[in-house]
Order: sequence, then C-alpha cells, then structure tokens
Amino acid sequence: MSDISLRLDGVYKKFRKGELYDSLRDLVPALGKRFLRRGPAADTLSAREFWALQDVTFDVRRGEAFGVIGSNGAGKSTILKLLSGIMPPTRGTVQVHGRLSALIEVSAGFHPDLTGRENIYLNGTILGMTRAEIRRRFDAIVAFSGLEDFLDTPVKRYSSGMFARLGFSVAVHVEPEILIVDEVLSVGDYLFQQKCLERMNEIMASDATVIFVSHNLRAVAGLCARSLLLDHGRIVQIGATNEVIKAYLTRGHHARTLEPGTDIRITQVSLGPAGSSRVKFEAEEQLDITVEAAARIPHEDMSVVIQIVDDNQYPVFDTCTQRLGAGPLSIGAGETLTCTFRLQLRLAEGTYHVNAYLHRYVTNRAYERWLSAATFFVAGTPTMRGVAHLAPSLVRCDKPTPVAALAAVASANSI
Amino acid sequence: MSRAIQTLLARRDLLYMITWREIRIKYKQSVMGMLWAVLMPAVIVSAGVVVRIGFSMVSGRSLAVADVASVAVRAVPWAFFVSSIRFATMSLVANSTLVTKVSLPREVFPIAAMLSQLMDFAVASLVLVVVLAVMQVGLSWELLWLPWLILILVVLTTGLGILLSAVSLFFRDVKYLVEVIITFAIFFTPVFYEARMFDRWATILMLNPVAPLLEGFADVVVRHTQPSLPWVGYSAVCALAVLAGAVAVFRRLEPYFAESV
Repeated sequence: MSDISLRLDGVYKKFRKGELYDSLRDLVPALGKRFLRRGPAADTLSAREFWALQDVTFDVRRGEAFGVIGSNGAGKSTILKLLSGIMPPTRGTVQVHGRLSALIEVSAGFHPDLTGRENIYLNGTILGMTRAEIRRRFDAIVAFSGLEDFLDTPVKRYSSGMFARLGFSVAVHVEPEILIVDEVLSVGDYLFQQKCLERMNEIMASDATVIFVSHNLRAVAGLCARSLLLDHGRIVQIGATNEVIKAYLTRGHHARTLEPGTDIRITQVSLGPAGSSRVKFEAEEQLDITVEAAARIPHEDMSVVIQIVDDNQYPVFDTCTQRLGAGPLSIGAGETLTCTFRLQLRLAEGTYHVNAYLHRYVTNRAYERWLSAATFFVAGTPTMRGVAHLAPSLVRCDKPTPVAALAAVASANSI
Repeated sequence: MSRAIQTLLARRDLLYMITWREIRIKYKQSVMGMLWAVLMPAVIVSAGVVVRIGFSMVSGRSLAVADVASVAVRAVPWAFFVSSIRFATMSLVANSTLVTKVSLPREVFPIAAMLSQLMDFAVASLVLVVVLAVMQVGLSWELLWLPWLILILVVLTTGLGILLSAVSLFFRDVKYLVEVIITFAIFFTPVFYEARMFDRWATILMLNPVAPLLEGFADVVVRHTQPSLPWVGYSAVCALAVLAGAVAVFRRLEPYFAESV
C-alpha cells in the first residue's frame, strides 16, 4: 500500500436541480439510455443540471490532517460524500486506502424507540464495527457519553444534546484509519467538546488520516497543516493552511460597483492603507478601516457606521461618524464619500468581520449595509482567550502557606 | 453476485442488527406483541376455510379435515411471501436517511426486511404444527422436502424484495402497484384452492413460481406425497434467475440511490 491514503483525480460531480423525471415521455428514453450505459456524455450539462464539483484533484498522505474550507455551497459536503462512497463521481476517480469513518450525521442510525444501549449496538454496526468490537468498547463508549443513567431509556426521550452526545460517542470509537470530520465541535456543552477534541487528537496520534471540514477557521488552522479552498465546486488553492485561509478571507472582498437601480452603495471597505489586502494583524496594532460609498441621487443627513463582529457574528465593537463628532454627512449625485476610522486592535486571537452601514443621521435607519465587507484575523498571544485584549500581567502569585488552624484539622484527619 | 455475498458476509453483524431492529420495532409498544405474527396468517386461513366451505356447498362434496389443513399449510407461507414483499419494497425508502448519509451495503435493508418476516413465519409455523397435530395430519419421510421448499421460497422472496426496493426508490408508483398486485394475487395463486381443481388451466396457474411451492407444501405436509419435481425445479430456476437479475439491477442502480431517493 502506498503512502497516499486518499486521492481524487479529475473529479466532476453533476447534480440535478429538479425532479428526476417530469413525465412518462422523459422517463422511457432516459431509462433506456441508463440501462444501455450510454446516457448523455458526462461532460455536458442539460438545462436542469449543474456542477457541484469540477476538476477536483488532490491527495492526502497517510497520517496527515487536511482541511477543506469554503463557503456554503462550495462543494465541501459533496467531496465528503464522494470520499465516504455514498455516491460516485460523474467523472474522474476517487481512491480510498484504509478503513474510513465519517463523523457526519453520527446519529443517523438511531431508532427513537430503541434504548440507548440498543442504539449503541445498532449505530455501531451501521458505522462499521462488529458486535464483538462494540462489546469490547461498550464501557468506554458509555463513559465517554456520560449517559450511564439513561442507557435503558428509549432515545426518543433524550434531549437533543444527549442524542448528539451518544451518536458522537459511538462514532469516535470506530478506530478508523481515515477520519472525516464535518463541523463536529458544535456538539454538546463545553466539557463534551473538550473531550471530543482530546479524542480527535488521540485518533490523530494513532497515525490516522484526518479530513477536517469546517467554517471554523481557527479550528482548521489549529488541526491541519495543509488545506484546500473550494469555491463553486472548483479548487481555488491548495497549500499551507495559513495561506489558504488568507486566500479565503480576501476572496470576494473586492470592491462593489454602483449597479443600475441602486440609489446609494458602499463600494469598498479596505483594511490598512487604501487598496491593501492585508488580513493578518497583531494584537494592539493600529488598524485603519476605510469605507467608500457612491450615490446616484443625493443623500443627506447620513452617518457611516462600522461594526466588528467575531466569528460567531457576536458584536464586539461598533462606532460611527456621528458618535465621533463628524455631524451629518451628505453626498451628491455621482459623488463618492470616503471615511477612514483608526482603531487600536485591542482584540484577542481570532477571526473578525467588519460590517459597514450608512445610517440616517437622526433616525438611525439604515440606507445601505454591507455585512462581512472585510475579514481579518488577529494573531495569537497565548496569554489570553476570549475577545477583548485586556493586556493582562501577573502582579502577585504567592506560594501556598499553611494556615495554622486548618493544618491541625488535616493532621487530625490523617491519623 | 459473489461480490454482493462477500460484502454481506463482511457486514453480517450489520445485517443481524438491522434485522433485529425490524423485529424489535414491529412489536414494541403493541399490546399483542408477537401474537400478531400468528394472527395475520390465522385471518388468511379463516378466510380460506370460509371459501372452502363455500366450494363444498356448491359442489355438494363435504369438507374434509385434509382440505382445511391444506388451506392452512398454504396460507402460512403465502402470508410470509406477501408481507415480505410489501415490507421489502419500502425498505430502502423507509431508511432513506441511512441511504443518503452513511456508507453501507444497501442490500441489507431488503434482506433484513425479509429476514424479519421469516421470524414471524417461524412463529406462525410453530403454531401451525400444533394445529396440524391436533388435526392428526401425521408424519412421513416426505417432510424432508420442506427445508428445500422453504429455501426456494426464501430465495424467490429475497430476489423480488431486492428488485422492488431498488425500483421503488426511483418510482414511488411501484409501492402502489405492488399493493394492488399482492391484494389480487391471492385469486391467481392456489392458496384457498388447489391448482388441480382447474384441470387443464392448472398449467397456467402453475406458471406463477409461488404456486408449485404452495402445492408442494400441501403435498408434503398434508397428502404425504412427493411434490411435483418438474414444477418445483421450475420454481427453483425462477427463484435463482430472479435473485441474480435483482442483484444485477440493484448493483447497477445503487450508485444513484443517494441522489435519487
């Protein structure tokens, strides 16, 4: 067996937009063609079809952790389905060497009427274990899920968190050679997520290949050295995860134009010096955010608002020209308005997005907005976690000293 | 075919668990539980007995115990056949989440559907044995034919189930078609009557590959004679052909399951 555990070579995948057949008149010729294996040539599209993947080629070495990133609809899930053998490619080849397990839809095999114990066996065999293997790992699975007291309860009485935890606990005990992970770390509470991360590190340490698909760029950057960026079914870039993430964040953030039919538009939001495409900043660095807007008809009484949100779209910070003392702004037909804000990036490590708005000065109603107009990330300072950069330092940290009264009690107990 | 068998052997625990699930689910939260396995064939047998009483009133010939036993011996395998087909046809559609989201050999669903009905068949057969003993039907060496007849029936049922499950995934019409056919099939299959009652039309009735098997069950269990070997052979050939064809069609269609269900 070679050193390659996964290889996609020139893979195309075509999907249908509507139903398979609309009428008997479509059906009979289509069936005839399908059984004669002729069909329409694989590289032509009929009106109701589209390419979910086009010319995708990459390989993953054994023991490597490989990230796949891209916006919704980029084709990430399709790649996973091809890899796990749920569907075949329209053209090209998919090679998989080794026992593959996908942490996608980990609860798909559950039956609501069966108990937790029964579902562990059922789901375990569905995910590819034998009953003997499950019996051997049963205690570990139960301990991992933390559901010891509910094993004989039908899972339809479980909360959705318990349901997901049980599914995950079974899936991470499959001991695969290739593990496909799709946005798993959103399951369960914080403690359970930590357990999952630990377990994934264990699996990776056992020389398994990991394919990690996520919107969580920080998680991808933390786990995978190499990544792939997909857009509309095509590979945009393959390479070092940091480079790929940069390509992902800057892509699509080019200037917008004032299209016919719009009265006013934010045309550009840039970070740093005008036109720069920098996306990576250090904490406490100075960041200039420039907002440009153009109008077709005159607008008065405006203010420009910028908002910074974190990766979960949670607002971190916002400010506007009005609050900074600029007074009402106006823009004439065919004119362009430019505002530059200067910020101190007192932010912790993470990915942040800039939303820009044009508000009416008095009523605060938005004329125009551009969500995620720019994205940047702040490089890590290992001293803190969270969102805010509160510049911590350690002022005092004494060694423990005995307290006389308590020490007496402790020695009395130990006798 | 051999590849299909290999995959199934490798995942036999999966087949076991899916079958076990079907059996467990069917009678969970039902008051009568496994009694249903007996009740369904019992209803068919009662209907058959009523029909036979009708026959005897028309023909003036009195109804013998052997006639009632014959109806019972045909009705139990027929109930197995009908419910397996019905259940297997829907098996892939009913498991569409697993079909679209998990990679596994999809043959397990129609086969598990058949196996779970085989369990009911076994339960109903046990009751039938008691009933036949009470009727003093007796024993003979011809009973050794039984496993072979059952095997042919199982192969035929499996083949049809695999084929129908795959096709109904693409066309839901199949489900209704199957319902109609199995509702009326009892008129064209020697369950309530015997094929030989129809003299020269008997041959046409026997072309239905289930018919020689039902005749065989009655011959072996009730009349203690050898089943008609040419006809049983014909059924066996049909069963194997159906199974081989079904597996080929299933293999050909399987890649499209996930995007077509």
